Amino acid sequence: MRHAALPITIRQLTKRYGKAHALDHIDLDIRSGEFLTLLGPSGSGKTTLLTVLAGFTRPDGGSVRFGDTEVITTPPHKRDVGMVFQNYALFPHMTVAGNVAFPLKLRGVARDEIARRVEQALETVRLGGYGPRGVHQLSGGQRQRVALARAIVFEPRILLMDEPLSALDKQLREHMQIELRQLHDQLGMTTVYVTHDQREALTMSDRIAVISGGRIMQLDAPRAIYERPANRFVAEFIGESAFVPVTVGGGSVVCGGRALRMAAPPPAAGSRWLMLRPELLQLVRADARSDLNLLDATLVAVVYQGDSALVQARLADGTLVGVRSGVDIGHLQRGDAVTLGLDPRHTCLLPDEAAAA
Amino acid sequence: MSAVPVSVPLPNDRALRRDALHERLGLIGLVMPAFGLVLVTMLLPVGWLFYLSVLSDSGSFSLEHYRRMWEQPSYARTFITTFQVSLITTALCVLLGYPLAYFLSELPKRVANLCMIAVLLPLWTSLLVRTYAWLVLLQRRGLINTWGMQLGWWDEPLPLVHNLTGTVIGTLHVMLPFLVLPVYAAMRAIDRDCIKAAANLGASPTRAFWLVFVPLSLPGLSSGVLIVFILCLGFYVTPAVLGGGKVIMVSSRIANDIELFFNWGAASALGVVLLVLTGALILGASRLAKVDAFGSREAP
Repeated sequence: MRHAALPITIRQLTKRYGKAHALDHIDLDIRSGEFLTLLGPSGSGKTTLLTVLAGFTRPDGGSVRFGDTEVITTPPHKRDVGMVFQNYALFPHMTVAGNVAFPLKLRGVARDEIARRVEQALETVRLGGYGPRGVHQLSGGQRQRVALARAIVFEPRILLMDEPLSALDKQLREHMQIELRQLHDQLGMTTVYVTHDQREALTMSDRIAVISGGRIMQLDAPRAIYERPANRFVAEFIGESAFVPVTVGGGSVVCGGRALRMAAPPPAAGSRWLMLRPELLQLVRADARSDLNLLDATLVAVVYQGDSALVQARLADGTLVGVRSGVDIGHLQRGDAVTLGLDPRHTCLLPDEAAAA
Repeated sequence: MSAVPVSVPLPNDRALRRDALHERLGLIGLVMPAFGLVLVTMLLPVGWLFYLSVLSDSGSFSLEHYRRMWEQPSYARTFITTFQVSLITTALCVLLGYPLAYFLSELPKRVANLCMIAVLLPLWTSLLVRTYAWLVLLQRRGLINTWGMQLGWWDEPLPLVHNLTGTVIGTLHVMLPFLVLPVYAAMRAIDRDCIKAAANLGASPTRAFWLVFVPLSLPGLSSGVLIVFILCLGFYVTPAVLGGGKVIMVSSRIANDIELFFNWGAASALGVVLLVLTGALILGASRLAKVDAFGSREAP
């Protein structure tokens, strides 16, 4: 079964709690059939945005359109969107089949049609034959699947998910991430997914909207978000990184007295942050290839992590940076001088908000 | 997994078994005080009651008390009245208490706690004071009749007291908190996301209420109904005062038998019959409720 999908258009959406903005004039276009993740720390407004889409939270102003239809004042039961709740919200007084049949019964679907579609939905989430069981007899992962089956059985064109995997253990969570994404590709509805887990967002999404303070910090594909974060907040929230101040002027970028080579033309003059991610840095000999940007540092610690080692080193200006390296670096000791190499293609500058403000 | 040879004892096995025994004895010790109390205040008196009910006035074994109850229609009337008052009161309790509990459960917790004090306040006032207060309000020249006639709502004083109406009003007032408390607790425990989920799946507020909220509140409602109904069956003070001798419930009859006729045997027989009837009724009701409310529900 493949569902039709609807695009979602959000304009100037605003919700204040007291003086704090949960949503601060949000503009967002969610494409038909895409898997979009709202990613942000707790209190960033991502869940508020989702509950506005579901109709549970009344915003102060703005517009939400599903396709061409304005739904801002439509009550939740008339929105026809599926939703998977964080704690599943299964009805404890009904069986698995009763839960999944609930939306169909409300829509007046014929009895045998209900039975057929319930079983089909349960099979889609690989719970075929679980219908007669009670909700209490299921494990966390199975409840999660029932909640999903219930949200898709009436073939909504939009599916909302509020941190649906946060209650599962790590292994099951990683497994379900892949499965949810496959299910999305199979069913094809527009999916809006809320999480605070950056790895989950990177794994599953077509696009990620990074949210902080009720505003969208960056909206882009996972790879672009990771490799070219728009600002320091995004860079810090997604992946590990250290930042070193650099100055841009006269067509050159200077970091700690050394000029940096850039793959892209340098931006306008001013002060910037140089983003240093552990996996993009490498330990090199001081007389190594000259096509890398080189940074001098002092080794602080080597942490063995099985598949790799994390080297912590301190730059001349005191910034502590991590470097991911192979495990064969036993000869290095605390206090040794090391040289870090950074490919110009990975040399990424971020705006200095403090200086700009 | 390789099997451990039977002949080789595991280390510390006896010490661990002794430990388990101590734990169990400790648990039994914990319930002993309560068990002793139940024995002294419940099992012994009920046994004694039963024993008295099968003794004749001369002290020999006889079923005369039960025979009299069977033969005299006034006894049957007493039982019917008792169950009538209890059923009507319980039903009105549900009609008034359920919406009240729902309202309270939808309030923010702090406000709800304040309102709860108002609900519980009657419990802190003397039962007699409350009962006589109702008498003042309901009697022929009481507050309600005086005002009603002055405002021209009715011409003759309404018979509000010394009858079934008065008994039910007074009893209802006493019983309401006993229904509201368990229902409110059950409603507070309902996961509000379930109601949101129902709405999201297409249920209008009315249908979400009836299809999800009410079923989830049923355990609290059934315990509330049970408490109120049982308390009503044995209720004495309020029916005696507000019934004015015209609404005779089993408890009044028992009091009469003892205070006027010093007939412990007859009183005991009444007590035994009420106990058996109540037990049978509750057993039957719980069977029905199980099929109705939880028929599709697996044991948690």
